Amino acid sequence: MLEILDYLKDNVLTINLWIITIYLGFEIISKVPTVLHTPLMSGSNAISGIVIIGAIILVRQSSPEDYLSLVIGSVGIVLATINVVGGHAVTNRMLEMFKKK
Amino acid sequence: MEYINLLYIFSTVLLIIGLRKLSSPSSAAKGNIIAAVGMGLATVVAMFEPIEGDQGNYVLILLSLLIGTVVGLVFSKKVAMTAVPELVSLFNGFGGACAVAISIIEVMKFDEAVSMGARATTYLAMFIGGVAFTGSLIAYGKLSGKVKDWKSGISSYFNLIWLALCLGLMIYEVMFMGQVTYLPMLILVVSLIYGFTFVLPIGGADMPVVISLLNAFTGIAAALAGIVYGNMVMLLGGILVGSSGTILTVLMCNAMNRSLINVIIGGFGGSSASSAAGPQGDVKEATANDTAIMMRYASNVMIIPGYGMAVAQAQKACKELDKSLTERGVNVNYAIHPVAGRMPGHMNVLLAEADVPYNKLIDLDDANAMLSDTDVCLVVGANDVVNPSALDDPGSPIYGMPVLEILKSKNVIVLKRSMNKGYSGIENPLFFHERTKMLFGDAKATIETLNSEVKSMD
Repeated sequence: MLEILDYLKDNVLTINLWIITIYLGFEIISKVPTVLHTPLMSGSNAISGIVIIGAIILVRQSSPEDYLSLVIGSVGIVLATINVVGGHAVTNRMLEMFKKK
Repeated sequence: MEYINLLYIFSTVLLIIGLRKLSSPSSAAKGNIIAAVGMGLATVVAMFEPIEGDQGNYVLILLSLLIGTVVGLVFSKKVAMTAVPELVSLFNGFGGACAVAISIIEVMKFDEAVSMGARATTYLAMFIGGVAFTGSLIAYGKLSGKVKDWKSGISSYFNLIWLALCLGLMIYEVMFMGQVTYLPMLILVVSLIYGFTFVLPIGGADMPVVISLLNAFTGIAAALAGIVYGNMVMLLGGILVGSSGTILTVLMCNAMNRSLINVIIGGFGGSSASSAAGPQGDVKEATANDTAIMMRYASNVMIIPGYGMAVAQAQKACKELDKSLTERGVNVNYAIHPVAGRMPGHMNVLLAEADVPYNKLIDLDDANAMLSDTDVCLVVGANDVVNPSALDDPGSPIYGMPVLEILKSKNVIVLKRSMNKGYSGIENPLFFHERTKMLFGDAKATIETLNSEVKSMD
């Protein structure tokens, strides 16, 4: 328990940032019209693929002989890239249809 | 290093601006592109960030990026607009899987020196990512009709047991690391199973809410992984998705007048105890010819689209019928329930694809105000969003949910393939109402027939 408290104490600045970002996320979305629910969800879904950075760093740090890490890390990169690229592309397709008017 | 951090901050700002612009109609397309640029920049920076123990492996990374890009592009170009909800769910599952993948490797690297906080964070990322992964796969399966609802009276207790087991195992492992060697693997397996059992009993009408919730989960998993790696873009981007996704989920729940807890452990189902006998009575069938005449000589027609329009791909046929009627002096509008279809705003997307102008799409409240002046309501494959039980049957599972009060109009025509219950499995007394007539058949074919009937009347 004490260790967790220490962890929080040592990261006060970061925790500040969490709180501000959580609030920011709430504020950005709180007045969105229904029309945009689908594209917004799909767009923010693509952003959650930011986890790709972790997979890239993981593979960069893995020893070339550590096949398990390399394989799992690469699979992670492939999946997250599909999430990012596919997500933005399909959102773009939806929004293109709105634009025609 | 400082420049790297500046670039990371810059991509975070792009993500924030992108998300902000995505939430207003005029700038949404631009917002999506800005967010994509932010993601691209962050990915490039992650390749060049100086890190301890860098082994290179760039060929492998570039190859993986290439494969993912090609697969993602092919998927998103090929998908039919009607299948977008399940595709978004699938993509979301992939993001969750990536969080799981990196946490597995991080857990394997744990040694005596690693702090309790770091352990707790990694296990949470694995758990939440795992739930988002298998949950999204089930949601994908359900939306595409490959997985049926499975529910029994005990499923919610069953779920609570899995959840408690998972949290208990994680707390034990964080407190007493390495006491049981296979424990990390067990936590992973239980997390994945919990994702399955969490989504499996949730009824069809609640699926949009669940997808949004799972999206928020993936964001939180990414944020936790960001803490593990000490990476600000992952942390902030993940939190942004997590918090905005949570708000979007709550907004949708409000639109259905249901609480989130109710969606998660309640779930719509056909097994509601009350009104067990179900509405009974005669069903009156309309002919295409009657319906066409009725609409041709109406002043106001309201089309109510639902998932049936999506599966029949009938949106263009609707637009054509709308055009023929409008040319003949009929005022045609579309009443859009916020959760019609399988995804919030699903109908707006489909009708926009068919070039229906914005101002013809009427929101729930405005539509309800207009319905008393409406001569003909044409329900195209919508069940639950027009179910009057929500207004007058306290025993109904959807009692209290705002619905389109189409019985205020003079005539109701329901296009439907059969008398089967809707996706949520709730009986709809509207179909037996004296002012309702049913027009059976495939929505697209039926609407095309209506259109040619209208045209042949000149």
